[in-house]
Amino acid sequence: MAGRDGIDQPWGTRTPYGPGGEWPVRVDRHLADGLAPADVDRWVRSAAVLHSNGDGLDIAVKDGEIVGVRGRADDRVNRGRLDPKDLFGWQANASADRLTTPLIRRDGELVEASWDEAMDRIVEHSKELLAEQGPSAIGFYTSGQLFAEEYYTLATIARAGLGTNHLDGNTRLCTATAAAALKESFGSDGQPASYTDVDHADVIALFGHNVAETQAVLWSRILDRLAGPNPPEILCVDPRDTPVARAATLHLAPLPGTNLALMNGLLHLIIADDRVDHEYVERCTVGYEDLKAMVAGYPPERVAGICGLTEAEIRAAARLLGSAGRLLCTVLQGFYQSHQAAAAAVQVNNLNLVRGMLGKPGAGVLQMNGQPTAQNTRECGADGDLTGFRNWANDGHVAELARLWNVEVSRIPHYGPPTHLMQLLRYAENGTLRFLWVSATNPAVSLPELRRIRSILAQERLFLVVQDAFRTETAELADVVLPAAIWGEKTGTFTNADRTVHLSEKAVEPPGQARPDLDILLDYARRMDFRDQDGAPLPPWHDAESAFEAWKRASAGRPCDYTGLSYEKLRATSGVQWPCTGEHPDGTERLYTDGEFFAQPDHCESYGRDLITGAPVEPGEYRAMNPDGKAMLKAAEYLEPHESPDETFPFALITGRTIYHFHTRTKTARAPELQAAAPESWVEVSDGDAKRLGLHEGDRAAITTPRGEVRARVRVGGIREGVLFIPFHYGYFDTDDPAGHEGGRAANELTMTDWDPVSKQPLFKTAAARIRGLDALGGAR
Amino acid sequence: MKLGLAIRELHRSETALAKDLLKVADRHAVEHEVHHVAHDLARWSHAHLRDLADAGRHYDVHLSGDAPVPSAPLTALRTTASELTGRRPEPGLVLLADLRRLHRKAAGVSLDWELLAQGAQAVKDTDLLALATRCHPQTLRQLKWTNAMLKILSPQILAS
Repeated sequence: MAGRDGIDQPWGTRTPYGPGGEWPVRVDRHLADGLAPADVDRWVRSAAVLHSNGDGLDIAVKDGEIVGVRGRADDRVNRGRLDPKDLFGWQANASADRLTTPLIRRDGELVEASWDEAMDRIVEHSKELLAEQGPSAIGFYTSGQLFAEEYYTLATIARAGLGTNHLDGNTRLCTATAAAALKESFGSDGQPASYTDVDHADVIALFGHNVAETQAVLWSRILDRLAGPNPPEILCVDPRDTPVARAATLHLAPLPGTNLALMNGLLHLIIADDRVDHEYVERCTVGYEDLKAMVAGYPPERVAGICGLTEAEIRAAARLLGSAGRLLCTVLQGFYQSHQAAAAAVQVNNLNLVRGMLGKPGAGVLQMNGQPTAQNTRECGADGDLTGFRNWANDGHVAELARLWNVEVSRIPHYGPPTHLMQLLRYAENGTLRFLWVSATNPAVSLPELRRIRSILAQERLFLVVQDAFRTETAELADVVLPAAIWGEKTGTFTNADRTVHLSEKAVEPPGQARPDLDILLDYARRMDFRDQDGAPLPPWHDAESAFEAWKRASAGRPCDYTGLSYEKLRATSGVQWPCTGEHPDGTERLYTDGEFFAQPDHCESYGRDLITGAPVEPGEYRAMNPDGKAMLKAAEYLEPHESPDETFPFALITGRTIYHFHTRTKTARAPELQAAAPESWVEVSDGDAKRLGLHEGDRAAITTPRGEVRARVRVGGIREGVLFIPFHYGYFDTDDPAGHEGGRAANELTMTDWDPVSKQPLFKTAAARIRGLDALGGAR
Repeated sequence: MKLGLAIRELHRSETALAKDLLKVADRHAVEHEVHHVAHDLARWSHAHLRDLADAGRHYDVHLSGDAPVPSAPLTALRTTASELTGRRPEPGLVLLADLRRLHRKAAGVSLDWELLAQGAQAVKDTDLLALATRCHPQTLRQLKWTNAMLKILSPQILAS
């Protein structure tokens, strides 16, 4: 075991292994300068919260301070390894600029206040709005970084306490399409595959998934397979020349916005070449004939023209996918944040279904998550679904929740799908939503078309509460700011992208008066005096463990069943995959091993949506289409993106991430090594375009779309011609314009307001842009 | 035989629907989902008009296969009006009224496809039947979309 240079060697040294072998252990560690393991007072059990991989780790504590981290050798996810963000990101906890006291806006300024003053203001405002307009005036926008106990508490307060339909998470930006695609194909959320499928696969296909930077430890696992005997072949679909693309057997770089056309083309060839597992399709699916008819219209010559690829590339990709014996497919933002997101992600599910590649070692689909605890936002019902993957359109499911919370069924809004974030903001824009409570996220940097977002959040008529650890760009616009404790300062559980649940224990005290999000939410509930129908306090739990026990009851019998888990068990085992029940006490490695799905009409989480219009499918329609609860093969036609390059804006602009930062850099910019590794924003331009425009590495450039302009340094290469890339992490808190009123830096000044009609995920990879070099003084050249 | 009349009537109702989809899209430019999806769905109607113009020739009916073009100044006016009133709650009622009108228009088109398919079967025109079989489901999806948007958006508009 040794410390390692996590910046220059983000994936560390190789520990090769062969197919079916066990991934060797390699324990990574980083301690504050000058400290040795012997100096550490105690190690506290936790897991990673700066990405969705869910790496098990221990927090090193000395003299009541966090002084480092160490990967857990016994953890099923990482076998001891750590992502660079984990090695260094913990330093943010001790930042001098943590929020340590509540703030309230007085005469236009945020000033320090007591908890009583701040909470009284929030409660008073809530009660006034409830009396005046009812719960439709109040909304919540939460995170992918809280713990399961907190999301479940928030869902209970919003749905059963206030009775509002307006609750969503920033998981909307990162993983809504993963959930939507799983619901469309399998009737319910729930990751079919497991990271251990990397150990067995002979072809790994990554669709819009730069795993090397988004889940560094999973990429180490793939690199170790590539370095071992009988390595898998890799297919990479990405317009950028990523580390994955460079390691791939085959790299396709389609034009942004054309993913669905490409997928339809690949399915066309798989079916035309009869690489179909007809027995599986017949036994386990519905919809094959419709799929076949739809993709018939996408021969390679047509697809090549749409996607800007050669026919040979498309044929080679189809051959690779069609000849795989154990095919693992993964999907992320390149698909989820692009045009026709859900329809394209569903085609990846279809690919595995028609090839019968599901539920066996090395074969499956990973519809990835972006944020560390996104899975819990989804399953606890703090985003666009009801608690426990319950179906808002199924009255029986709503009645179950009413019994669980002991409230009248009518208290729980279910007259339509829960309001998604972008609609929630629209309601704030037109003045019908008048109270927005944002926890642990930063919409003033992360959402599209920032000028619009700022103008909505800054409205006087909108009462904005921000609960965070730092004074973010969003907090600058708030009426009340609540200081929150973060990872390492509170106890709770969270679940990664392959359903692995970890317990994260409190290691140190939060700074100043900062409090755990759970305590803040329960405090609000008590002050609002929410009651169930017998007059008992709602929610009835009082701390993390009692909240977890309540969540277990809510999950019972649902796909995400936690009833076999307890804090005690999670202290004994490093990571357990749900469903975990009395029958499966050690958890479940893969779903759908027997070709049975969670799609029965009475059980499914969703009846699905029309892949083009987004209209919810009616219960009766679903029952007729899929009476036996099989997997569903759905397909849609390719549509042109809603903004395409033209003469004025000749480039396609996409945004994305770097390995060294998480989200809007709230924590990672406060870890010196990570900040030094990627201190400033940049724009990637292809060699050919750079030459044509006279742009050189390191030049300053202005990038413009119809929404605005930002300035960034040029990086030449690493992207296909006609496409520009800007990382989305950089906002304004570390500039002299901390709320970002002047704009000019964040990539989202440029993005357009558009979302996928099925998943409601905003699109960040469809904008037409132009670029021009700037001289040393910042003027046009 | 009155099939030519049925084609002409369907062409008329589909043209009206296509126009109205674009009109509603522009009038509610600040309702982003309505705006984008209505534009997408107008393309289905445009494709139907082309196919109907082709089918009309066999029945000596001369119809335009071109998509109806909304007046450019009016489009700009509608979009600007939408942006100017985007901060007010009142246009919510206009949105409900517009979606309701679209829904009724789509329902009319759906019935016209139904009639055309019945007539095509009676005269054993398999091409015309195939056309109706291909296009009618898209009209039904337009119809379900307007219904769904009304259902989803109305609670907030009516409660506030």
